[in-house]
Amino acid sequence: MIRTEELLLNVGPQHPSTHGVLRIVVKLDGEVITEATPVIGYLHRGTEKLAESLNYTQIIPYTDRMDYVSAMTNNYVLVHAVEKMMGIEVPERAEFLRLIVMELQRVASHLVWWGTYLLDLGALSPFLFAFKEREMIIDLFNELCGARLTYNYMRVGGVKWDAPPGWIDKVRDFVPYMEKQLKEYERLVSGNEIFLARVKGIGKYDAETAIAYGLSGANLRCTGVKWDLRKNEPYSLYDRFEFDVPVGTNGDCYDRYMIRFEEMRQSLRILKQAVEQFPSSGETMGKVPRAIRPPAGETYVRIESPRGEIGCHIVSKGKAEPYRLKFRRPSFMNLQILPKLLVGETMTNLIAILGGVDIVLGEVDC
Amino acid sequence: MGFDLEQVRPEEHEELKRNVLVTSLEQLKGWARSHSMWPLTFGLACCAIEMMGTGGAHYDLDRFGVFFRPSPRQADVMIVAGTVTKKMAPLLRRLYEQMPEPKWVIAMGSCATAGGPYVRSYSVVKGVDQIVPVDVYIPGCPPNPAALIYGINKLQEKIRYEAKTGKQVTNR
Amino acid sequence: MSEENKREAGRQEKPAAARREEPGEERREEPPAAEQQEPAAAEQQEPANTQEVSGTEPAGAGAEHPNQPQPDTMPEHPDASASDKPAEPAAPAAANADAPSAPAGEAAGAGAVDPEREAKIKAAQEARAKRLAAKAAAGGEAAPGDAEPAEPKPPSPKQPWLDEAVELLKSEVHPEAVEEAVINELAGDMPTITVKAEHWRAAAELLKSHEKLGCNYLRNVTGVDYETHMEVVYFVINLETKREYAIKIRTDREQPSVPSAVPVWPSADWPEREIYDLLGVDFPGHPDLRRIMMPDDWVGHPLRKDYVPLDPEV
Repeated sequence: MIRTEELLLNVGPQHPSTHGVLRIVVKLDGEVITEATPVIGYLHRGTEKLAESLNYTQIIPYTDRMDYVSAMTNNYVLVHAVEKMMGIEVPERAEFLRLIVMELQRVASHLVWWGTYLLDLGALSPFLFAFKEREMIIDLFNELCGARLTYNYMRVGGVKWDAPPGWIDKVRDFVPYMEKQLKEYERLVSGNEIFLARVKGIGKYDAETAIAYGLSGANLRCTGVKWDLRKNEPYSLYDRFEFDVPVGTNGDCYDRYMIRFEEMRQSLRILKQAVEQFPSSGETMGKVPRAIRPPAGETYVRIESPRGEIGCHIVSKGKAEPYRLKFRRPSFMNLQILPKLLVGETMTNLIAILGGVDIVLGEVDC
Repeated sequence: MGFDLEQVRPEEHEELKRNVLVTSLEQLKGWARSHSMWPLTFGLACCAIEMMGTGGAHYDLDRFGVFFRPSPRQADVMIVAGTVTKKMAPLLRRLYEQMPEPKWVIAMGSCATAGGPYVRSYSVVKGVDQIVPVDVYIPGCPPNPAALIYGINKLQEKIRYEAKTGKQVTNR
Repeated sequence: MSEENKREAGRQEKPAAARREEPGEERREEPPAAEQQEPAAAEQQEPANTQEVSGTEPAGAGAEHPNQPQPDTMPEHPDASASDKPAEPAAPAAANADAPSAPAGEAAGAGAVDPEREAKIKAAQEARAKRLAAKAAAGGEAAPGDAEPAEPKPPSPKQPWLDEAVELLKSEVHPEAVEEAVINELAGDMPTITVKAEHWRAAAELLKSHEKLGCNYLRNVTGVDYETHMEVVYFVINLETKREYAIKIRTDREQPSVPSAVPVWPSADWPEREIYDLLGVDFPGHPDLRRIMMPDDWVGHPLRKDYVPLDPEV
């Protein structure tokens, strides 16, 4: 007689899958998962509580560290919320700079995702390629604002530093280079049989489930729901540029992969147009009162970060500090579907699915 | 054979000095350990991305003999990269204890050094040296990959110094 | 209370001249209302008017205002005014006057006028009067950017969404379900409805399943600790028609409890757990309510305003 037992396995907070300190407690029957429970909170740093004692400009560095792979979009959501509350108008050059850095950040973030996803699946070289390209983008950011990862670049009313002379030309030269590299990477990976076998048909869900679980970003678009906040609820200058929103059909890991890859291309397209339309002169800060005190009330703004919809809910009592600052983090919401999605999968597919959701733990735990 | 060490001629002495290395076993061990430090992948937060970037192709860590091991049982050094929260602290201690001797700890970034920007938070351990003994602190938020490499080099120097002189640099 | 005063003071520093003009107009326009309001908390009425005009209320607070939003929410106010709210000060007499506080929904405070507040209000009124006089002296034209000082701001395009939702909630869920309904201008004219906690579950079902509303996507759940009460805010949206609502549920601070929305929108699962963990709000009906961010044996709810950490030195 063969007796089988259920095994409780801890895919612990420290694991080589480079997503951070996520713990998944998994009940296994052989290789098949019967129940999976994510445990988060290992990186909960209390940003929201700290924000209640800091004024808005002081909170901007903390937003960098939330979704540290795409810090510019986090900066933007906070300053956009405050500007919306106060009715501050941002000068055009500053808005263009913001948009350019956000799109560059989107490419950089998707590169990190691509490299680490393929590293999880077992391909070791794309990680090195991704970081090589990312170094170029980071050099651009370094030149612009002095930091490689946590930029603290945007301010309420504009941006802190103006583009140094020649910076826009470097961005302009970067775009065709990156497009060429993307073609090469696509040839490298997308036709690979092993890769396809590992991601096609894995982790499928339909649009109903996606909407019910509040997914956003590529996780929602892979099911066919065409919802991208840059198009559906335009903010910044996105309505001036032409770009497509890639939408998948099957709702599996492969669709998510292809969508993110295509999003990189579309970001490059936006960058090309933005660099053409970049105003040659202008202010980098709008008219902002010396003490930033939004009127009493609340607001909720949301933008499209590489991971999905990031939102910022500010309750203000008219003071320089927010009364309550809450971030709606896309990775936090996206991770909720994991217990449902993992039942019946094998352990190897767990890694593939987890990588496809594209989470950043700094954002999940805030 | 008849090689009498007392009767070495100056030319032979020069030749010998160039080609034969004389050292103590401790120094040999120190040299070997410092040139092949295998860190545990312990990236917690933003510093982890910089650590990955340092391991990437641009700032290569492999040329120093450093490549990342996922299991603590096979690692020498633990680079604590990122904020340590109170929830994570017991696990960090357990991982440290799972590492075999000799082991070292590098605290990378200001969060691991002293709490960093989150020092006033209710859930952050203000410095990983409250939990594990730290050998090298690397300030920065996040530190540049060059700074991380400098920190690793400093640890390598420390290993060799302690091996050579037998003195402890810091009291553990 | 002093918070509100500070807010008023802050409001009055706002450069928009609309604010300065309209209160004056308001006062001139509503003598009938004002008579009723005079006897009851008169001092509170002026700031109340001011705030309503400049605050979240799109339609003005004139008594004879044609675009009276939600006259049917009026009956709520006698209840509402009794409850403790952080918003603008109420005038219970305003309920009688039928206009100003209708959608803005005021907190109680009718009788509780403390001398400090009175003094502040008096000072504010004097300052305002002085400014108006100066403006009139200067040839008081409408300041640039001010549409028509004589008329209140035009109603927001999302007003019909708000009206419809409130209608449906009141007719299908419970007539007393809606406490307050405003358009939040600061949030891009988001219709904001305050629903009573005991009717929230039914209201949530209605919001999701009714074909006119059909809000199937729950974006965000926030918990806020006002020192007098707790509030949980749900942001929902219909992805096809882009109709969105912010629903607030108020609950008391000692034993906060809001029916869980997980059976309706599964995406409320972890956010509610987070609110339970950090603020201590209980969600009956939640499938698995336990701590999510803090370690399981943590004592206390960190995001509360009165939280004292047990081990600050670590």
